[in-house]
Amino acid sequence: MTVLEARNLTVDIPTEDGTIHAVRDVSFTVDAGELFGIAGESGSGKSVLTQAILGLLPTATIAGEVLLEGRDLLALTQHELQSIRGSRIGMIFQDPMSSLHPYYSIGSQITEMIQVHERAERQAARRRVVDLLARVGIADADQRFDDFPHQFSGGMRQRVMIAMALVLNPPLVIADEPTTALDVTVQAQIIALLDEMRRERGTTVLMITHDLGLLSSIADHLMVMYAGRRMEIGPSGPLFSAPSHPYTAGLLASSPANYEAGAELVPIPGRPPSLLETPQGCAFAPRCLSAMAVCTQQAPPLRVYSDGIETLCWLESAPPDRAATAAEAVVPKVDTSSDIVVKAEGVRLAFGGGGLFNRNYRLEVLKGIDLELRTGETLGLVGESGCGKSTLARVIAGLIPMTGGRITLMGHDLSEVDPRTWQTLRKQVQLVFQNPYGALNPRRRIGAIIGDPYRIHAIASGKARKAEVQRLMELVGLNPEHYNRFPSEFSGGQRQRIGIARALALNPALIIYDEPVSALDVSIQAQILNLMRSLQRELRLTYLFISHDLAVVRHVCNRIAVLQAGQIVEMGEAEAIYSSPQHPYTRALLSASVVSPPRHGVSGRQLLHSIEADAA
Amino acid sequence: MSSEAVAPVIQRGSWALTARRLLRDPASIAALGFIVIVVAFAILAPAFEAWTGHSAIAQYRDTGMSAMGLPAAPNREFVFGTDHLGRDVLVRLAFGARVSLLVGVLAALCASVVGVTVGMTAGYFGGRVDSVLSRMMDLVMSVPFLLCALALVSVFGPSLQLSIGVIVFFSWTTMGRVIRGQVISLRRQEFVEAGRSLGAGPLSIMFVDILPNLSVPIIVYTTMMIPGSIVFEATLSFLGMGIVPPAPSWGGMLADAANNSLYLVAWWLVFIPGTALLLTTLAFNIFGDSLRDALDPKGRPRPRAKRKGVQR
Amino acid sequence: MIRHLAGRAAFGGLVLLTLSVFVFVLFFVAPGDPARMIAGDKATEAQLIQIRANLGVDRPITEQYFRFLGKALVGDLGFSYRNQQPVAKLIVGRLPATLSLVIGGVLVWLAVGIPVGIMSARHAGGVRDRVGQGFILVGLSFPTFVLGMTSLYLFYFLPRQAGFTLLPGGGFKPFLPNPLIWAWHMILPWSTVALTNAAVYARLTRGQMLEVMGEDYVRTARAKGLSERTVVWKHAMRAALTPLVSQLGADVAVLLGGAIVIEQVYGLQGVGALAVQAVANLDRPIIIGVVLLGGLFIVVTNIIVDIAYVLLDPRVR
Repeated sequence: MTVLEARNLTVDIPTEDGTIHAVRDVSFTVDAGELFGIAGESGSGKSVLTQAILGLLPTATIAGEVLLEGRDLLALTQHELQSIRGSRIGMIFQDPMSSLHPYYSIGSQITEMIQVHERAERQAARRRVVDLLARVGIADADQRFDDFPHQFSGGMRQRVMIAMALVLNPPLVIADEPTTALDVTVQAQIIALLDEMRRERGTTVLMITHDLGLLSSIADHLMVMYAGRRMEIGPSGPLFSAPSHPYTAGLLASSPANYEAGAELVPIPGRPPSLLETPQGCAFAPRCLSAMAVCTQQAPPLRVYSDGIETLCWLESAPPDRAATAAEAVVPKVDTSSDIVVKAEGVRLAFGGGGLFNRNYRLEVLKGIDLELRTGETLGLVGESGCGKSTLARVIAGLIPMTGGRITLMGHDLSEVDPRTWQTLRKQVQLVFQNPYGALNPRRRIGAIIGDPYRIHAIASGKARKAEVQRLMELVGLNPEHYNRFPSEFSGGQRQRIGIARALALNPALIIYDEPVSALDVSIQAQILNLMRSLQRELRLTYLFISHDLAVVRHVCNRIAVLQAGQIVEMGEAEAIYSSPQHPYTRALLSASVVSPPRHGVSGRQLLHSIEADAA
Repeated sequence: MSSEAVAPVIQRGSWALTARRLLRDPASIAALGFIVIVVAFAILAPAFEAWTGHSAIAQYRDTGMSAMGLPAAPNREFVFGTDHLGRDVLVRLAFGARVSLLVGVLAALCASVVGVTVGMTAGYFGGRVDSVLSRMMDLVMSVPFLLCALALVSVFGPSLQLSIGVIVFFSWTTMGRVIRGQVISLRRQEFVEAGRSLGAGPLSIMFVDILPNLSVPIIVYTTMMIPGSIVFEATLSFLGMGIVPPAPSWGGMLADAANNSLYLVAWWLVFIPGTALLLTTLAFNIFGDSLRDALDPKGRPRPRAKRKGVQR
Repeated sequence: MIRHLAGRAAFGGLVLLTLSVFVFVLFFVAPGDPARMIAGDKATEAQLIQIRANLGVDRPITEQYFRFLGKALVGDLGFSYRNQQPVAKLIVGRLPATLSLVIGGVLVWLAVGIPVGIMSARHAGGVRDRVGQGFILVGLSFPTFVLGMTSLYLFYFLPRQAGFTLLPGGGFKPFLPNPLIWAWHMILPWSTVALTNAAVYARLTRGQMLEVMGEDYVRTARAKGLSERTVVWKHAMRAALTPLVSQLGADVAVLLGGAIVIEQVYGLQGVGALAVQAVANLDRPIIIGVVLLGGLFIVVTNIIVDIAYVLLDPRVR
């Protein structure tokens, strides 16, 4: 039985710059009791799609049909929609921190829903909510009923959101990136809970995510979106084992989890198109590795295959698996006799109370860290949020003074160097930051940003500086002619390249990457990871790589240190940690990071028929 | 190796974009036009003096007053009428505009400089420096400012400099708070950390990295402080604590009109300077509003600003 | 929490102390001889010396200050130079007018400002928003005294000329025995106070609402199937108006410290009018008293705001 069906859904959003064609001609059906996944990168239109379904986009022009249990949602009045929201469709949003009202207790926020839709008696409603809260894993639910959102951790808040979505037993629950804002281990718990709840109650779940791998283990059907279009749709088994659209294949090939450690990734080149324009041919053609002449000229036809896969593509069979044919894995052996760049011994950091009304608290962030890095190697630092990994990076970079222990940088003890030596030493450690939007000053030109190290250390100026900057831009794959542009004119991936160029300027002995790819889309991630690796090979750089993502870390690092609550719980060769983790926390991290199934190639798939796109 | 295509959208310079947005809004054009007229009016004050042949402080008791000693209504000789002493309202209005604009702009600029300096210092250094400076701002805001202004004037006697000083002293805190908040959030941005990790000193970071990012709030809040200062000055003059009579000022003219309820029989004594004052502050307010919208079209959440400047 | 409030109270004490030092030093350096003011021009030099000794103004400033402080702590603010009445009593006598003005004014401006701001934000970009924004800009730009004089001309003088009395031309009537007469006299002052402030609050409310309406939890409220009315008036309002509390505290405090201009325009015998007369007369004890009273109001309202915040925002509990 079909719960939700969208037919030729098109969403246009007017903005100051023009009309954004966020969703174009998308159709899909979701059957009762299944978990239907929608995957896509930022700008693919997946979130807009669900908001359009719920009628939460007042300014958008929406065409097509959305049938929920046979009723067209788009034809309903606001009032009718209100009675459907919550009771027939439950919503789980991405960020549990901001999605709950900070001024109301979680219990009252859920009971409010029961009262609005069912006019239940207060005590009965409360009992129902308490039972459900206990069911989703809130301990002491009866007492915590009156607590406020800020008194819960992120994972607990997401459990509250799940309870809220389920309390009226809606046939359909839409989960919009439900785990993106959470730590890996918590992520796994939430996904497991969601899966359990939907099986228990027979709820249909529509799950939206940028993480294709996440869907592989739980989705029954899925749809891959790109630039507002439905690129591929079908049952999850054949779709993962042999993606029929080059974009799906490219997404899978971009994920380091699908490779041997150290292999060269095959990224999707280029960047997503502007949604303001309508390309003549296939929207993906400019980035497609399998593109043919016809792709850029004519809109692709819909290919329908025997195993239920439908694809919007000119190809008549699945594209080749490029990850399998990727260059052999080269894990450079690190010479254990090469120089030690940085050595940390028992590094401690504690924040004490301060201010006028001194509260006596003391927060230990780092509790005795020992590590060393040798020239040419990459050490991965893995841990969840709050474990102190970014703080450690800043301590090593000298941005935060430590409160105990010793750091030796190129033979100098940092606690003893005089300011002048420090100024020269400082050049040896450079940082690349996580947020490509925050790391570049929006009011300065790229040339000035990359040239900053030269300005601050008074090295090159005028023409010489410009030449140096342009050399760096070329090195990281930027067009040197864009010297005079502002950061806002670059995409996330390009900004990260700018950040790397700036870090390279002073020929540092150590580059610290603080989650350099976690804010980027998968396809762009692979480009940046490849760039980092090729730079390291060419320039014999030393990296300290900080990430929460074990797959990424394993892919680029020689050694891995696992950090938990300010302590290194396990450290060793990357492969050793990956294949035989010793510490329970490492094992938890590993089992939590979802691993995509390996591809098995086409299994008896036949093209049934094709539907040509309208000439118009 | 350059694999990412260049964005097809051509970006205009931010200033050109701002100007375009401003010029698309008829209200802001009208406001700007009016401000230009008032400025011209003030600059040309001596020309009005020459044209009418009336000095701003001379009393024309024969031609400008009725036999009963009442002021003359607007007529051919006195376009805007005369006041209770038979002085030409038009000429006084023109010279009064000089005072209003001078005080308004100068006080707003000074307050903005003080506010930006204090706000930036407090926001950037944080910790103890911030505690002390924030408490200082709290302290200034906790002062019943009009009362203190009255006390100051009663001791030192009214003067232009004192007016400006009083206005600056009681209005810089708005800017200070806004800038402090902005700097605190900017300081957490990674590009500031990047600057620090490159070895840039605090001054370099404050001026190269942070200050350019403050241009929007600085411009907007300075513009919006001008009408506040103009009203503040007029209020001081109205209470007899601003510009020393007989020098003309809009607030002083209104005070003269209010004395003995003279304006009830001579409406132009309130209507003319009152309208001038209202339209000028309105023009600056409209312009400030449009400027904010044009510079910051997304309507970034504005920090809560405590309004001082104007009193009741 | 209690620690926090204690800290705020301590800061309030510091404010008052600073203020008292400020006014004291100010008038110590001020020209003018208080003894001459009290005794008049005909007084002999011996009489003047006697008076100065009685007042204590011949002592060093520190001694004078601490003596003043000690008395002020028990509510004794000294005597007016002009008419020898106790300052505390004079001020208390002026409080009814000021309190009537402020409390009524606050109610009016909240009743006007918040709905206008919400209307403006809910129809952002539309006609109703333009009307709201127009109201805000005009209200912000109107100097209080111009508005007061205009209102008097329109609602008192013109009807009088036409032969009837619409609203009184000023003056304060006590609440008892006839509250109607009291309210009738306060209509114009209240409206005048309210317009400028209503504009400020409309603007604040509009900005806050626009910000809050974009928050994720408002989207959640909609996704829960709540009616638009509940979303706006319950979920969004609660979050949008809580920050307004601190602004309200500041504004009320400043007004209590002396609604000088309004009192002047409408001839209300309030604290502000007392201060203006005192300044004109160089009546030092009264000015010091009024300034300290203004400071006290600000300090007390700040503490009330802090407590209100704790009650309203669960996150600071």
